[in-house]
Amino acid sequence: MGAHHGPAKGLTRWLFTTNHKDIGTMYLWFSFAMFLLGGSFAMIIRAELFQPGLQIVQPEFFNQMTTMHGLVMVFGAIMPAFVGLANWMIPMMIGAPDMALPRMNNWSFWILPPTFLLLASTLFMDGGGPNFGWTFYAPLSTTYAPPSVTFFIFAVHAMGISSIMGSINIIATVVNMRAPGMTYMKMPMFVWTWLITAFLLVAVMPVLAGAVTMMLMDIHFGTSFFSAAGGGDPVLFQHVFWFFGHPEVYIIILPAFGVVSEVIPTFSRKPLFGYDSMVYATSSIAFLSFIVWAHHMYTVGMPIAGELFFMYATMLIAVPTAAKVFNWITTMFKGSITLETPMLFAIAKVFLFTVGGFSGLMLAIAPADFQYHDSYFVVAHFHYTMVAGAIFALSSAVYYWIPKWTGKMYNETMGKTHFWISFIGFNLTFFPQHFVGLAGMPRRIPDYNLMFADFNMMSSIGAFIYGASQLLFLFNIVRTITHGKPVSDPKVWEGGTTLEWTVPTPAPYHTFTTPPQLK
Amino acid sequence: MATQADKNIKVLSVKLAGLVVVMFAFAMWVMPPLYNALCEALGINGKTNGQQYTVVDSQIDTNRIVKVQFVAQNNEMMPWEFAPNTSQIEVHPGESNQVTYYAKNTQDKFMVSQAIPSIVPSRAAEYFHKTECFCFNQQPLAAGKNADLALQFIIDRDLPKDIHVITLSYTIFDVTEMAAKQDSVAASSK
Repeated sequence: MGAHHGPAKGLTRWLFTTNHKDIGTMYLWFSFAMFLLGGSFAMIIRAELFQPGLQIVQPEFFNQMTTMHGLVMVFGAIMPAFVGLANWMIPMMIGAPDMALPRMNNWSFWILPPTFLLLASTLFMDGGGPNFGWTFYAPLSTTYAPPSVTFFIFAVHAMGISSIMGSINIIATVVNMRAPGMTYMKMPMFVWTWLITAFLLVAVMPVLAGAVTMMLMDIHFGTSFFSAAGGGDPVLFQHVFWFFGHPEVYIIILPAFGVVSEVIPTFSRKPLFGYDSMVYATSSIAFLSFIVWAHHMYTVGMPIAGELFFMYATMLIAVPTAAKVFNWITTMFKGSITLETPMLFAIAKVFLFTVGGFSGLMLAIAPADFQYHDSYFVVAHFHYTMVAGAIFALSSAVYYWIPKWTGKMYNETMGKTHFWISFIGFNLTFFPQHFVGLAGMPRRIPDYNLMFADFNMMSSIGAFIYGASQLLFLFNIVRTITHGKPVSDPKVWEGGTTLEWTVPTPAPYHTFTTPPQLK
Repeated sequence: MATQADKNIKVLSVKLAGLVVVMFAFAMWVMPPLYNALCEALGINGKTNGQQYTVVDSQIDTNRIVKVQFVAQNNEMMPWEFAPNTSQIEVHPGESNQVTYYAKNTQDKFMVSQAIPSIVPSRAAEYFHKTECFCFNQQPLAAGKNADLALQFIIDRDLPKDIHVITLSYTIFDVTEMAAKQDSVAASSK
């Protein structure tokens, strides 16, 4: 292994690093920067919707904001953040010295910053950035798209390549580099959920690449995949997109399930209840995600048999998901629970994600969906799953593992303050959106009927509160790194049982250069 | 010095990369034809198949009358005048009929159009045979010119008994740019 025990010095350390911890750190900081960028787009949206009428931005720019907010949050913030956690934690949790393909790992990360620079630069181009919604339905994204759509297409290709390489790396690591004695059914739950997520990514990111390639062909090379005039069909776009898009939402949520499956047992001081059923539930969710895509498009005019099939298949997903929620609650049952910040975020995630799951069940009912479709009810639903489901889990993960990463303890009071402000801000933002949605307010529109004014003002105030609480989060992290109280106990949390709590704190640059012995 | 573990990692990565290629190919070359084939086989999106029908037998079922209605629509941003010359006719299944649509290029430039059919009820689509149709090809018109565009069709004698009215709609699209692009792509590939 040679003599290099510490990291190289200077900027080249980060440019050329193949160390999983360095790369994980870069992923996490990058995703946090994207989270703030996507968040500022959301602030513009909520500022415009503070009152009915047009105040701050023009409708054209508003459309670019809703589109870029979705793209940046999904592909720039949430996905890379979980890849960052995977990089940091998977080798330490399975007792491996590093990822299986360290040089490819470096490349997976370094593709991302230029990609998002390219995507963000479209906002300054002639005709503006992408304005067709993050789902980029044809023909809005082909015939009627601004010229910058070509840059958008290349950005999607590049981020797809990055996620595919990251996923191949994770699968190769988990399959080949587990410590002797760690069978699949002994792996920590976070590793399991990521293994399944990585398979989903490898299977569907190429489909997304196919969708944007067909768009590129339609725009520049005279084909008609999605153009009715040439014998194609715009509805085909929606099928291809959601064949990617539905597994994509589980790609976002499964690692979040993994995080709470680590945090809840630690702070309940009990092993995870129903480990085996968790594994099977995760696998069934992943399988079902491939056969439910058309529930996003009930209104395109599918035959009744199709509507029924997709409706029942979708409702079936509630079964494994409910099994997971049951297991988390049962893990807490009669545990000796303490409510440190990671645990607060994890419990809130379970509760709020379940709320999102219920509104999802409502949306799954095909005849009812005709009313909810493209309304604010949908916006409320998926923010309960994406923000409370994924972002809360990410906050939980950062507080949970930051002492291990830095060797410093975060400020508990500040952490709890961040939690409660986030919790209140989040619910104030998105709960009223259920009501305006049911009353008929459409999504992605910069103006609205006077009767929605009060709830929208509440939503906007909530959004500003939630946005501000993330600055407190940033401050707490920076403060932890610079002034945090040092911790040296390998087992930072007394309930921690997984392998990362056996290495010294802070985690040295190289861990498990010799595999650990498992009981 | 490749250990067994290194070899396993390599083999697995190559397999996964293979899966990536397969899935990309699936999206690009399997999904679109599969979608069209399914729509056609199940007759679910009201598309008549774009091919010319060859008459197999010319027996006419004079006991049955089916009403066929003609509708015309302009796709957004298509400035032509476009309308059926006859809005509805009554036909016997098996009999050959001809109607025309009127089209006029109202602009002062050469334009190319493409008409896309849709049939209601969509179940009738597979029983609606076209022996001649302006929708089979792109229709060019010089500035200010007009034309009557012909459609010949036969309703199949196997048309389900409960269908008494068929509505055929054409939406006309402006494909001037697309046609020019296809020409230039075809020219450059020669």
